[in-house]
Amino acid sequence: MGLAATSAVLPQKAAVLRNASVRFGNFTAIEDLSLEIEDGAFWSILGPSGCGKSTLLRLISDLVPAAGGAVEVLGKSTEAARLAREFAFVFQDPTLLPWRSALKNVELPLEIGKSRNIRPSAGGRTPMELLELVGLKGREDALPHELSGGMRQRVAIARALVCQPKILLMDEPFGALDEITRDHLNLQLLNIWNETGVTVLFVTHSIPEAVFLGQKVLMLKARPGRLKEVVDIDLPFPRTIRDRESPEFIRYAAKLREILEEC
Amino acid sequence: MSVAQSRASAAAPEAEPANASRWAERSMKAALPIGTAAALILTWELGVRIFEVPNYIAPAPSDVAMVFVHQMPLLMRNFWPTFYESILGFLAGNIAAILLAVAFIHSRSAERAFFPIAVFINTIPVLAMAPILVLIFGAGLTAKVVIAALICFFPTLVNMVRGLQSVSPQALELARILSASKSEVFWKIRLPSSLPFLFSALKIAATTCVIGAIVGEWVGADKGLGALILDSTFNFRSAVLYATVFLSSGLSVLLFVTVSVAERLIVRW
Repeated sequence: MGLAATSAVLPQKAAVLRNASVRFGNFTAIEDLSLEIEDGAFWSILGPSGCGKSTLLRLISDLVPAAGGAVEVLGKSTEAARLAREFAFVFQDPTLLPWRSALKNVELPLEIGKSRNIRPSAGGRTPMELLELVGLKGREDALPHELSGGMRQRVAIARALVCQPKILLMDEPFGALDEITRDHLNLQLLNIWNETGVTVLFVTHSIPEAVFLGQKVLMLKARPGRLKEVVDIDLPFPRTIRDRESPEFIRYAAKLREILEEC
Repeated sequence: MSVAQSRASAAAPEAEPANASRWAERSMKAALPIGTAAALILTWELGVRIFEVPNYIAPAPSDVAMVFVHQMPLLMRNFWPTFYESILGFLAGNIAAILLAVAFIHSRSAERAFFPIAVFINTIPVLAMAPILVLIFGAGLTAKVVIAALICFFPTLVNMVRGLQSVSPQALELARILSASKSEVFWKIRLPSSLPFLFSALKIAATTCVIGAIVGEWVGADKGLGALILDSTFNFRSAVLYATVFLSSGLSVLLFVTVSVAERLIVRW
C-alpha cells in the first residue's frame, strides 16, 4: 500500500530493465541490458542486425520472457502491463485482418477481452476519430487490399492507439515504405506523440529516421545484444523535414554512423 | 486553344471504337466456347445421320433433346433423390471434415490418432467402398448420403487444416499482445483466415458429392439418376441414358455455381 502510494507520487518510468537478458536455446539475443526509459519519452533504437532491437521490444511487450534480470513496465511486471493494455505494438507488416474494413480493424482491440474486462476504461478517442487523426477519414469502409502500404500502416497505428496505451512499441513500422510516404508518416507520428503524450520506442535501421524522431537514440551492439550508448538528440521540437538539412542534424547523423561502425 | 479543341475532338471518336472493341472482345470470349459446343453438337448430329448409327449405340442430340421434352417426369422423378443424397452428403461430409480439422488444430494427439485413418479411408476406391456401405446401411437413402459424404470429406479436411494454420505468426503475436483467449483467436482470426481455403475445398466437394451419390445408386437403388443410368443402359434406351448423364452433370454444375456465388459474397478480400 505504501509502495503504491510512493510510486504514484514519483515520476514513473515507462520501462526499467535491470541486467535483463534473453536467450533462445543456446543463442543469447540480449545480455545484461540495463535501461530506464522516462514516461512520455521518444526513443529511437538503432543497431546492426542481430543486436536484439526487436527482441528488446518483444521483451518489454511480454512476447518473450527474460532469462535473467528484471523488467518492469510502468512499475508492473510485463504480464500485468500486457493485461492492463499499457502498451501497444506496431509491426513492420501492418498485420491487418484482410476481411475487416479499416474501421473494423481499428475496433479489433476493443472487441477482444471484453468479457474478461481487459479493456481499459473508455474516454479516449473513438476508432473513427483515430482514423481521422491518421488522415484516413473517408476510407473507413475500405478493405486492407484496397489501401496503399502507407495507409495500411496508418490503420495499424490507429489500431495501436485505440486502447489508449501509455507505451507505443514500433518495430521498423515504416521500413517497407517508400521515402516520401515515410517522411510523411514520420511527421504524423511526431504529431501523435505530441498530442497523446504516449511513450514511443521506435526500432529502425535508418540513421536519419532515428535522429529525426528520437529525443534519445539507444544504440545496441550485436552478438550478443548489449548496450553500446544512449545518445541525446538535442534538436528542438516540433521538427520539420527541412531540419534534416541543418548542420546539427548532419553532425548527429555522422556521430551515430561512427558509433554504429564500432558496433 | 485550337490545339486543345482538336485534341478533344480527336479523343472523342477514339473513345467509341475502344468501347465497341471491348464489347466485341467480351462477346467473343462468350461466343467462343458456346460456338465450339454448338459446332460439336452439330457434327455429332450430322455424323449420326450420315453414317446411320443405330439409336441404341449413339443417339442423335435431337433424340436426347426429345427425351427432355417427352420424358421430363421420369427424369425429375429420378433427379430429386440424387439431389437430396448429394446435398445431404455434401453437408454431412464437410461439417464432419471442418469439425475434425478444428480438433486437429487444437490437439496434436488428435491429429496423430486420426489423420492416418483419414488417409487410409481416402485411398479406398469409391467403387470398392460403396458395396460395403450398402451392406451396412441398407439400400435406402443413408448409404448414398454416407458415400457422398466420404468422398467430400478428405479434400475439405486437408484444406481446412491448412486454412486454420494459415494465420501469420505476427497476427498471433498481435493476439497475444491483446491478451486474446484461445476462443477469440479461433473465431476472430483463425476461422476467417481459413475461409478461402474452405471454399476451394467446397468447390471440389460440390462436384464430387454428386459422383458419390450416383455410385451409391449403382450398387443398390431403384430410383435416382444412378439407377436410371443402369436401367437405361441395360435396356438400350441410349437417349434416356444420355439425357440422364447431362442431368447429373447439370446437378454438379448447379451445386458448383451455388458454392461459387456464396464464395463471392462471403470472401470479399
